[in-house]
Amino acid sequence: MPENTTPALEVRGLTGFYGETQALHGVDFVVYPGEVVCLLGRNGAGKTTTLRAVVGLLTRRKGHIAVNGHSTQGMPPEDIAHLGVAYCPEERGIFASLDVEENLMLPPVLMPGGMSIDEIYTLFPNLKLRRKSPGTRLSGGEQQMLAIARILRTGAKLLLLDEPTEGLAPVIIEKIGQAITMLRQRGFTTLMVEQNFRFASGVGDRFYVVEEGRVAEQFDRQAIATDNARIEALLGV
Amino acid sequence: MANTLFGFPLAAIAGQLLVGMINGSLYALMSLGLAIIFGLLRVVNFAHGAQYMLGAFVAWGLLEYLGLGYWWALLLAPLVVGLTGIVLERTLLRRLYHLDHVYALLLTFGFALILEGSFRYKFGATGQPYPNPISGGLETSMAFFPWYRLWVIGASLCMCLLTWFVIERTKLGSYLRAATENPNLVRTFGVRVPRMLMLTYGLGVALAGFSGVMAAPIYQVNPLMGSQLIIVVFAVVVIGGMGSIVGAIVAGFGLGILEGITKVVYPDGAGMVVFVAMLITLAVRPNGLFGKT
Repeated sequence: MPENTTPALEVRGLTGFYGETQALHGVDFVVYPGEVVCLLGRNGAGKTTTLRAVVGLLTRRKGHIAVNGHSTQGMPPEDIAHLGVAYCPEERGIFASLDVEENLMLPPVLMPGGMSIDEIYTLFPNLKLRRKSPGTRLSGGEQQMLAIARILRTGAKLLLLDEPTEGLAPVIIEKIGQAITMLRQRGFTTLMVEQNFRFASGVGDRFYVVEEGRVAEQFDRQAIATDNARIEALLGV
Repeated sequence: MANTLFGFPLAAIAGQLLVGMINGSLYALMSLGLAIIFGLLRVVNFAHGAQYMLGAFVAWGLLEYLGLGYWWALLLAPLVVGLTGIVLERTLLRRLYHLDHVYALLLTFGFALILEGSFRYKFGATGQPYPNPISGGLETSMAFFPWYRLWVIGASLCMCLLTWFVIERTKLGSYLRAATENPNLVRTFGVRVPRMLMLTYGLGVALAGFSGVMAAPIYQVNPLMGSQLIIVVFAVVVIGGMGSIVGAIVAGFGLGILEGITKVVYPDGAGMVVFVAMLITLAVRPNGLFGKT
């Protein structure tokens, strides 16, 4: 990546607290426009907390976070969203009292450049078939697709995906991988938290390993082939 | 005899049904406001009765001091009550969301006591009459139906349907429903949820103000009119299901009618029939008729 372009997301010395417990101890990483970057690491390492800090849901956060060069210091989540950040949480957050189409149309369009509803239905045809079903009647895979699909309309170009493959069948995981690769070609930037390294290594450009609330290691796609033993040791696979 | 039903005079039944529908209209409008507020803010708005009283007093004051009649009051009083609600939310209520729900309950309860106390101090407890804006009525072979009372029932039904439509069938309503389930996630979509909470509280209490204006010509405008009504309304909300829009409307009208019929069949039981219904509902369906399980 050219080092002189403005990062889509820059995180420096990020610390964060849940109540009295410090969950993040100085997280540093960068995501450049058009990249797919993965945060790897064990449960409880601070990956989800990092995403929550970026979107502003973690209120007790310190350090530097900038989206497209704009600092998000002190901003509430709704203002951070307007900088072009879209978030898909681990629990997917499909609304039970809304049908599929209402879920899909819920996030307001924040800026031009989002995908049209027809493009989204082409990408995820199942959602079109089931557009009048209550959101939570969908299968786990369909709910995940809906959770990703609904943040593509808004014009936000930086997607934060928290464990998009968790608990899903291999055939669905493959579809989600294809979707992420397709979105990369369409100019989206993705920051993804993933436990499934096999999946992540197929779609990611660069990887950060998070341990105990800080980034312990980083490597890129090429290193997976050349430096396989070290990476497997890092991830404990 | 032809003019009786199961031994009860038809005229009495029709008359009490009308009274029941009137009360039901007010129950429905009041519990609708409570349901919207509870659904989104998770606040049990104990000031609702006082805000209903405030609506009636604003109507009375507009007529007494400015000479503005009922139809102006119907527009202006909910606006005034809604604005006071917005100020209350903005300055005090909003600071309590992150605490236990009981704090917001105590705040609104205290606000109700202060409001009712000051009106009682200024105007006394006797009450002020408010003229009937639509005189006359519909004469039928069974009973006489005053136009104004029919208007209250019709207007309340329309208001309930309108509120239901806005919440269940519009884009704005989908924000409201989504924010009821998961406000934080809706904020990450760029929706200004804190402002939505403020406006929702304003809308909910405006409905109470609207009910107050509707009630003014039927009952006297009295500082304690709200605290008398609110106890029954809370029972209605519990029966309908906390936070359920449809539940509030159905239970509101249903219990008004049930009360009316009880007045004919067993007059002594009319005061407690709503609470008996609440007990039975809680025993059979603890989340209310339309509550989520």
